[in-house]
Amino acid sequence: MAFEEVCPDRIDLIHKNYRKLCNLLIDVEEWGQVVIINMLTRYARTQFLNPNINESLLEDSSEKAFYASDDEEDEDKKTEAAALAKRKPYVMDPDHRLLLRNTKPLLQSRNAAVVMAVAQLYFHLAPKAEVGIIAKALVRLMRSHSEVQYVVLQNVATMTIKRRGMFEPYLKSFYIRSTDPTQIKILKLEVLTNLANETNISTILREFQTYIKSMDKDFVAASIQAIGRCATNIGEVRDTCLNGLVQLLSNRDELVVAESVVVIKKLLQMQPEQHSDIIKHMAKLIDNIQVPMARASILWLIGEYCEHVPKIAPDVLRKMAKTFTNEEDIVKLQIINLAAKLYLTNSKQTKLLTQYVLNLAKYDQNYDIRDRARFIRQLIVPTDKSGALSKYAKKLFLALKPAPVLESPFKDRDHFQLGSLSHLLNAKAGGYQELPDWPESAPDPSVRNVEVIRLLERVTTLTSIPDWSKCTSRKDRKEKKVDKPFYSDSEGESGPTESADSESDSGSGSESASASDESGSGSESEESGEETESEDEEEDEEKEKKRKKHLDKTKAKKPAEESAESEQSSGTEDRKRGRKAVKNQKSASESESESESSESEDESEEESEEESESDTDIRKKKTPVSKQPPKQSKKESKKEKQEMSLLDLDDFEPAPTSAPVTPVNFLSSSLVSDLEGLSLTDTILAPTTIAPSGLIKLYELLHRITGEGLAVEYCFSRQPFSPDPNMVAVQIQFTNNTNSETKNLHIKEPRLQSGMRIREFAEIEVLAAGESVTVVMGIDFCDSTQAANFQLCTHTRKFFASIQPPVGELMTPVFLTENDFKKEQGKLMGMNEISEKLTLGEKCVNEHVIVERVTATANLSRVPCGSDKECRFAGKTVSSGCLVLVTVATKEGGRAQLTVNCEKMVIGTMLVKDIMQALSQ
Amino acid sequence: MIHSLFLISNAGDLFLEKHWKSVISRSVCDYFFEAREKAVEPDNVPPVIRTPHHYLINIYREKIFFKLMFLFSKLGVCFIVDVLYRMCADYFGECSETTIKDNVVIVYELLEEMLDNGFPLATESNILKELIRPPTILRSMVNTITGSSNVGETLPTGQLSTIPWRRAGVKYTNNEAYFDVVEEIDAILDKSGTTVFAEIQGVIDACVKLSGMPDLTLSFMNPRLLDDVSFHPCVRYKRWESERVIAFIPPDGNFQLMSYHISAQNLVAIPVYVKQNISFFETGSSGRLDITVGPKQTMGKTLECLVVTVHMPKVVLSANLSATQGTYNYDPVTKILVWDIGKLNPQKLPNLKGSLSLQSGAPKPEENPSLNIDLKIQQLAISGLKVNRLDVYGEKYKPFKGVKYVTKAGKFQVRT
Repeated sequence: MAFEEVCPDRIDLIHKNYRKLCNLLIDVEEWGQVVIINMLTRYARTQFLNPNINESLLEDSSEKAFYASDDEEDEDKKTEAAALAKRKPYVMDPDHRLLLRNTKPLLQSRNAAVVMAVAQLYFHLAPKAEVGIIAKALVRLMRSHSEVQYVVLQNVATMTIKRRGMFEPYLKSFYIRSTDPTQIKILKLEVLTNLANETNISTILREFQTYIKSMDKDFVAASIQAIGRCATNIGEVRDTCLNGLVQLLSNRDELVVAESVVVIKKLLQMQPEQHSDIIKHMAKLIDNIQVPMARASILWLIGEYCEHVPKIAPDVLRKMAKTFTNEEDIVKLQIINLAAKLYLTNSKQTKLLTQYVLNLAKYDQNYDIRDRARFIRQLIVPTDKSGALSKYAKKLFLALKPAPVLESPFKDRDHFQLGSLSHLLNAKAGGYQELPDWPESAPDPSVRNVEVIRLLERVTTLTSIPDWSKCTSRKDRKEKKVDKPFYSDSEGESGPTESADSESDSGSGSESASASDESGSGSESEESGEETESEDEEEDEEKEKKRKKHLDKTKAKKPAEESAESEQSSGTEDRKRGRKAVKNQKSASESESESESSESEDESEEESEEESESDTDIRKKKTPVSKQPPKQSKKESKKEKQEMSLLDLDDFEPAPTSAPVTPVNFLSSSLVSDLEGLSLTDTILAPTTIAPSGLIKLYELLHRITGEGLAVEYCFSRQPFSPDPNMVAVQIQFTNNTNSETKNLHIKEPRLQSGMRIREFAEIEVLAAGESVTVVMGIDFCDSTQAANFQLCTHTRKFFASIQPPVGELMTPVFLTENDFKKEQGKLMGMNEISEKLTLGEKCVNEHVIVERVTATANLSRVPCGSDKECRFAGKTVSSGCLVLVTVATKEGGRAQLTVNCEKMVIGTMLVKDIMQALSQ
Repeated sequence: MIHSLFLISNAGDLFLEKHWKSVISRSVCDYFFEAREKAVEPDNVPPVIRTPHHYLINIYREKIFFKLMFLFSKLGVCFIVDVLYRMCADYFGECSETTIKDNVVIVYELLEEMLDNGFPLATESNILKELIRPPTILRSMVNTITGSSNVGETLPTGQLSTIPWRRAGVKYTNNEAYFDVVEEIDAILDKSGTTVFAEIQGVIDACVKLSGMPDLTLSFMNPRLLDDVSFHPCVRYKRWESERVIAFIPPDGNFQLMSYHISAQNLVAIPVYVKQNISFFETGSSGRLDITVGPKQTMGKTLECLVVTVHMPKVVLSANLSATQGTYNYDPVTKILVWDIGKLNPQKLPNLKGSLSLQSGAPKPEENPSLNIDLKIQQLAISGLKVNRLDVYGEKYKPFKGVKYVTKAGKFQVRT
């Protein structure tokens, strides 16, 4: 609301919040929804391409046969080129889709204003094929009070002009009751007229016939006009309409007759040749009809087509001449007109009559008529002085007049935003903002990504970006350049980082820089699947940087808590460790050449962990600060945003790569749980999906042959499932291999063991052919490896599917220090301890590989350990939170001892089996 | 946004005004009175009037004009119309000039809470009721003596929570949940009795008095019947989409859970037929009227509260009729003939017969008035919708549950 009032043009401020707004829309209170929807409508109009661009193009050029234009050389090259460019298949921006998808449920709102807002959003933004869904909701609104009805009908009337098909199924809802207020009746009539086409015209005309009998005379007049419009628009029924209208001429009510005469006049003008008998009939009517407008119309008709009724016309003039003095002004004018025309075509019979009429007019009271008479006399009666004009008199009077086009008064209204007051009044109201036109080409969609890394170059080209992001991009670029040596040399890194640290130590300047850095750092986690290796690394590097900066920032915020120096040093440690992690990750995927370095940092790790823990504490304290209504101040919300985006970054990290990474993962998960208290973040975090990397095992849920083209794969993403911490997050990827779209993908009838629960993913409405989509669902397996069975339903079929978790996926990493580990292990002796000897596989040559194997098998985190003979891992079961402690002690000759301590013996035994298998390979 | 509100009675008295921003002179209303003069029926006053500085929005309810003016309108007009509508419907229950005049203090307090600087703020009736307690005799007595006000001391808890419609800490000794399925038939029948247009508009009104935070699930036997639905904000839309059940944490007390719409014509059973013959003679300035009502598709239930209303043409002066059942009344001022039949007896069909006398000298009306029919069928939802079951989650107690079905005639019109 504040945004709307203060700076409605600052579209750039929405970018970062766009997705959040879309996702939260349904939870906002009603009045807020209206404001946000209106704002987003305008935003979308500036940021997305017109989804109907292809169709509108085809419509425009349908007459000219667009595709034939290739042959016609004289066709304008330029337009052709433009057209061709536009013809390329339109792909909807995912954000555009997000907006449409998230607003759709709001059509079901009980608040008419919300429904109206969504309707206008769809009308202005949705592709043609999808606009139809609003019709139903709008028809429902018509049941409401007459004021709401009035507003809705106004909007429907505008919509029907552009998209007639939309409301056609609801034609009967617009039938008029005799108890409706007049303005509603007239609007409904308008809608009915707009909806009329060849197929339904007969029913509509029958309706109109009943309306004509109504008591409400204004309404009757409007109905007759509506019939006239139907007749002009639909050629087939013109004769029927005309006959019906002629019948009305014998109506006793004068108003009705007059109105029909006027309409008939307009209709006849379109094809006068065939209807001389109607003209004759009307000529006879002139004796009875008293309404001046109707009389004038008849006279005009006779004059215009006097050639078709050569005998009657002079007679009519004779009658009129008799009554001339008693006529109304407009009738008099038409009599003069008729006289003049007759004089030109049939001067023999009418010369005297014309003279007489003109003489009468000469002495009329009205100066208009006197003037007209004088003018016409000069023009048609040849005198000596008559100028050159009189030669053209016949041409002047009997020129072919173009038939009037009967148009809807709502024709030009659609440039106003629907639902706005301006639209209602058909005039610009104070404070109305024009709806911007679609852009020619879409602005960079990346501005909505809460992340800058991949798109730096493009971002800087945008003119409207706020200062801070520019700053970021520059800084990031600089860092990119610096990045290179980081990778090339493992030890050389200390140089530049030290300097960076001293910088941040030194004062406020760097603090602001780091803040700016962060604000640009947000990320949606969807991407990177197709990214190159180097980009991945870069990104990780960035992330490390961000994290470090973040830590710096939090520390800077709370200088009183701990001394600055130690903080900084811990930051350094942390960062160092992080960078090592990156390296290790790289090494894991590329080679094992850097195993020494990973070992060497183990010593430093222990203390750094402690530090980082304290950091999380700080963050915990900090989160309540940002727990405020998002709109209260821009700055506040931005801060929050940053935090969330940072989290996304962390979450994205492919966790189970190597041991040193797992603490990082833990950090992020603790952060997530910190933030879980924030209701805001929940929804943002919920759909975090990770790109399947090679390290996460993919399982098949549905083969594409059994699934009739629908392939479903799942993996355990090892992310905390934020809506429910006791659930295991299962990431499911649907791929549609058919060539038609699959609709309404959802889960049905889960058959679960007692205690097990499923949190389903939101229904996937449409999965286009060849596309794939990834969703996350949560399953509480109750710490058992029993499969969760359910039905996977599409709009046509149901498939039985089951997900059975490996035991290692039933746990989440827990951070413990070595002492804690030993203490806990001491508690879990005896029955709870399972120990097994094994021979390590050939490839398990060093500790690093062991760590990798174990973490790949089970979702555990490594516990720092003094001796290099032992590897320790800790985790807890997701559902009940029992500790799972794993120790692998290596001995000489490739032999090792595996010990698992767990309260749940079943899990323990199964885990031992799994790890042994992994290690002995 | 909304600058001011004026309430004007049907007689044209301005009896309440409220300004949110600055005071706007009453003279603005002259534009309205002008328009009111022009329009013959109060219904026909244009909803939006444009004046040089303000836009006037007129809403006519229960013989009161609610009327507001405002300077800027960036949001749809619907928005504002809706605020006012809610205000009438939700809070006062019955809203007439006298009730407003009687409770003028409370009305002002409400208006103050509902809009903040002209922007709608709290429009949820449960929250309003917590903020400003509805008047009871006892409280008003206490207030007069002690001089305290109705404004609640504490900020309503619901306002800031994620479920703003329910207040925390509700306690009842009898836990009960009642649902009324009310369906209205909107139909237009033509002269010969065939259906021109028919649809069913249904609402489910709920009265839920349950302790704590119950999570209710209502399921239907035949949810596919529903064509178009709209829900109270408490209903989880996702569940409806996927399972066709209505899952919600209910507000406390009375509320409208959902409304729905069934438009498939073949599904709509028309419970009555009407045989009518209204004719006016060419000479003698009189006419004849003969109406018979009979049951059609009533599914074995009896029709109750049957009322036939006829808006007579202006020239009809009086009616001299005899009814075999029920009473009739012709109001010569509004030209409305009301025939109250009551319960329909299928053995002996009610009939209204007699003559109409017209203004002498006036031409005979060329069209026949259409009949509006009102009726009620207890224990039947005409669409066949049935509630399957109601489950309570989240609370331990077993509530008392009840469902009632009623069918009414909505805008049921017979053309003649």
